[in-house]
Amino acid sequence: MQTATTLDRKNPPVIKDAVEFDLKLKPCQRYTLANGVEVYAIDAGAEDVVQVECVFYAGNWVEDRNLLAASTNFLLKNGTSAKNAFQINEHFDFFGSYLNRNCYNETATLSVHTLTKHLPELLPVMREMLTESVFPQAEIDTYKQNMKQRLNVSLKKADFVAGRLIDAYLYGPTHPYGRYSSFEDFDALQRDDIVAFYEKYYVNGRFVLFVSGKLPANLYELLNDSLGGLANGAITLPEQASAPAGEKKYRVTNDPNGVQGSIRMGMPFPNRHHPDFLKVQVLNNIFGGYFGSRLMSNIREDKGYTYGIHSYLENHIEQSAWVISTEAGRDVCEATLGEVYKEMERLRQEPVDAEELQLVRNYMIGIILGDLDGPFHIINRWKNLILNGLTEDFFYQQMATIKNIGAGELQELANKYLRPENFYELIVV
Amino acid sequence: MVQFERFTLANGLRVVVHQDTSTPMAVVNVMYDVGAKDEDPSRTGFAHLFEHLMFGGSVNIPEYDEPLQMAGGENNAYTTNDLTNYYIQLPAENLETAFWLESDRMLSLAFTPKSLDVQRKVVCEEFKEHYLNKPYGDVWLRLRDLSYQVHPYRWMTIGKELAHIENAQLQDVKDFFFRHYRPVNAILVVAGNVTVEQVRTLAEKWFGSIEPGERYERSLPAEPRQTAPRKLEVRADVPLDALYKCWHIYPRLDQRYYVADLITEVLGGGGSSRLYQALVKEQKLFSNIECYHFGTVDAGLLTVEGKLVKGVTPEAAEAAIAAELEKLKAESISATELQKVKNKTESAIAFEDMTVMNRANSLAFYELLGDAGLMNSELDRYNRVTVDDIRTECNEIFQESNSNTIWYLSKN
Repeated sequence: MQTATTLDRKNPPVIKDAVEFDLKLKPCQRYTLANGVEVYAIDAGAEDVVQVECVFYAGNWVEDRNLLAASTNFLLKNGTSAKNAFQINEHFDFFGSYLNRNCYNETATLSVHTLTKHLPELLPVMREMLTESVFPQAEIDTYKQNMKQRLNVSLKKADFVAGRLIDAYLYGPTHPYGRYSSFEDFDALQRDDIVAFYEKYYVNGRFVLFVSGKLPANLYELLNDSLGGLANGAITLPEQASAPAGEKKYRVTNDPNGVQGSIRMGMPFPNRHHPDFLKVQVLNNIFGGYFGSRLMSNIREDKGYTYGIHSYLENHIEQSAWVISTEAGRDVCEATLGEVYKEMERLRQEPVDAEELQLVRNYMIGIILGDLDGPFHIINRWKNLILNGLTEDFFYQQMATIKNIGAGELQELANKYLRPENFYELIVV
Repeated sequence: MVQFERFTLANGLRVVVHQDTSTPMAVVNVMYDVGAKDEDPSRTGFAHLFEHLMFGGSVNIPEYDEPLQMAGGENNAYTTNDLTNYYIQLPAENLETAFWLESDRMLSLAFTPKSLDVQRKVVCEEFKEHYLNKPYGDVWLRLRDLSYQVHPYRWMTIGKELAHIENAQLQDVKDFFFRHYRPVNAILVVAGNVTVEQVRTLAEKWFGSIEPGERYERSLPAEPRQTAPRKLEVRADVPLDALYKCWHIYPRLDQRYYVADLITEVLGGGGSSRLYQALVKEQKLFSNIECYHFGTVDAGLLTVEGKLVKGVTPEAAEAAIAAELEKLKAESISATELQKVKNKTESAIAFEDMTVMNRANSLAFYELLGDAGLMNSELDRYNRVTVDDIRTECNEIFQESNSNTIWYLSKN
């Protein structure tokens, strides 16, 4: 046994720098079903599990009435011509599987996670939900009542209110990214509209499949038999311009007795196709993107104003926003804003030093390396590329940007974007 | 089946190695056998505050996070009522960085006043964010206090009140560290793209010379069997009336724990579960309802909670829950229903075991319970449960005298 005196505990062990790691995105298998639906598949992992995700172009981007897309998606589980809601749930529960549906801005999904051996029992019922859902009035009524109750609780939370408002400022209150729900919107939902939306965007809608896990040998046949006969129509997403608010500074009181304020700051930012996007991801990491970031080090670890503060680029397809988000003590909210602006100024005035930049490079590469672990994570990377109209080149560009971007370029980007006049600011207490 | 090897260093540190060469990563997980249940009742929240201080620099390393991030790693930690767990994931090539960092903070912390000062504030903000500044946020502070009279599960890991955290002193921090954060009270799990020999060498090199410390012998007061129902009515500025009801169940290693876990699944697991179907969908008394427990080491609580549909009285809502429980007491569930909840459990385990991080975490937890190998017998223990066990335990657990109820009502 070595003794403490001979062991050098002061200096870190030699490490391999991340720039030396040669990360590869595992290629995905691609098939086309009989109806032209594209299938992207990753066969990997040790556990006998599989995930099948159907991604429809049925998000709130295409609805002509607020909540229509989300409500239709939610109610896919609530009854077909052959099974009521309980029977559908019981079928998936019996096989120990997880049936999920989620509505996003451009897309809406229906997905299942299951032990691979049960997949043949589950796909036909998913097909049934996608072709023969009946949306019983009683189910719609219960849904509306419960969603309104949930909204009632959410509206008491400052962070919920702040999240809605900042998006409305950034994109405009009628844009799909900025629109939010109200009691009146729930009340106005009609079964006929839901059925029509379902017919257009699911039964006759366009979709893509993402499959990952330990795949069965007859995956293609299974998918083609159950989903290869769906219409897969031609759906295109119409252009919708955002309309950011004119006024940039907001203070809102939601709960007069609140002990914390929800702070959101944000500026409109282009999407992944813009040449600055990947570079700004590196700058964002330094600014507020990880535990060692400037914002976290100053506002949590030095001042103790908050449990956490983060900055990020919103994950949208058409356009993004650069957002800063934190919950801070009520009496230090204004001071927190001041510190955020100081950190922006530091990034504009001073180049990032070599050690910090090296650390961020290594950290980001390490995170991506860890995130490529397992089939579900790998297919998520692919899904992001496909749905954003990108190829795997984007992944390799990202690696190259992280490894090569210089301090000078980061400072230029800070001067271009991290300017107080660009940012909306909001405090909700 | 999760494969692993185990050895113990001369200073008592238990080491578990789980090799998985399909990943480029390594996970280093250090679990300390101390949780909120080991706190002094007048200084609660301390184990968790302490977890924050573990990131404030150690005796030879002023900054914990920076060298780890430089090595491409990330880390986090959590405190429960039973234990405190720290975990790192990093590229396997840089494994030694994790040994260097974790061993130095087991050797000794820096104990700087600045770190204590800042983390007291950070934890107070965490307290506010999660337990005060949202509707119903304080319900578990109240529910624990109502359900336990002597066992230290009667407070939450965040602490009973802000003042306990605000008053923490540096001497308390030092005492706590040298009492609990010693090799004899810790379990090191190393998983991922590593070899047993490599881990043995690194463990000896970095942890071998740390003073063993004294084994912390726990003597917690046992919660006496509850003999009469307890009820509490709270009026608060919340939009909806809510109902919380819990019953004492069994310690984690008791076979009846597995029965109780499956009962939870029968009542509240997913869209076909009994409470959801009967009370949300058919009778429309609740807008949501859940049934869960926390899987604690000592005897925990099986809980039902739900928000009432506007206009429904708490009496009616509570009676409806009771009626569903009566059915489980009077009639055995079908073999199919039992199979359903067992299937769900089987797949939940498979999904949980997908990541190296989760496997490392579980191995540490089962080793803390007495044997990492327990991880591989969990499914058998669930499969052993019969429909008669379910009925017997429903009759045992769901006695009114064993219940604690909170009506959390809107004052508006």
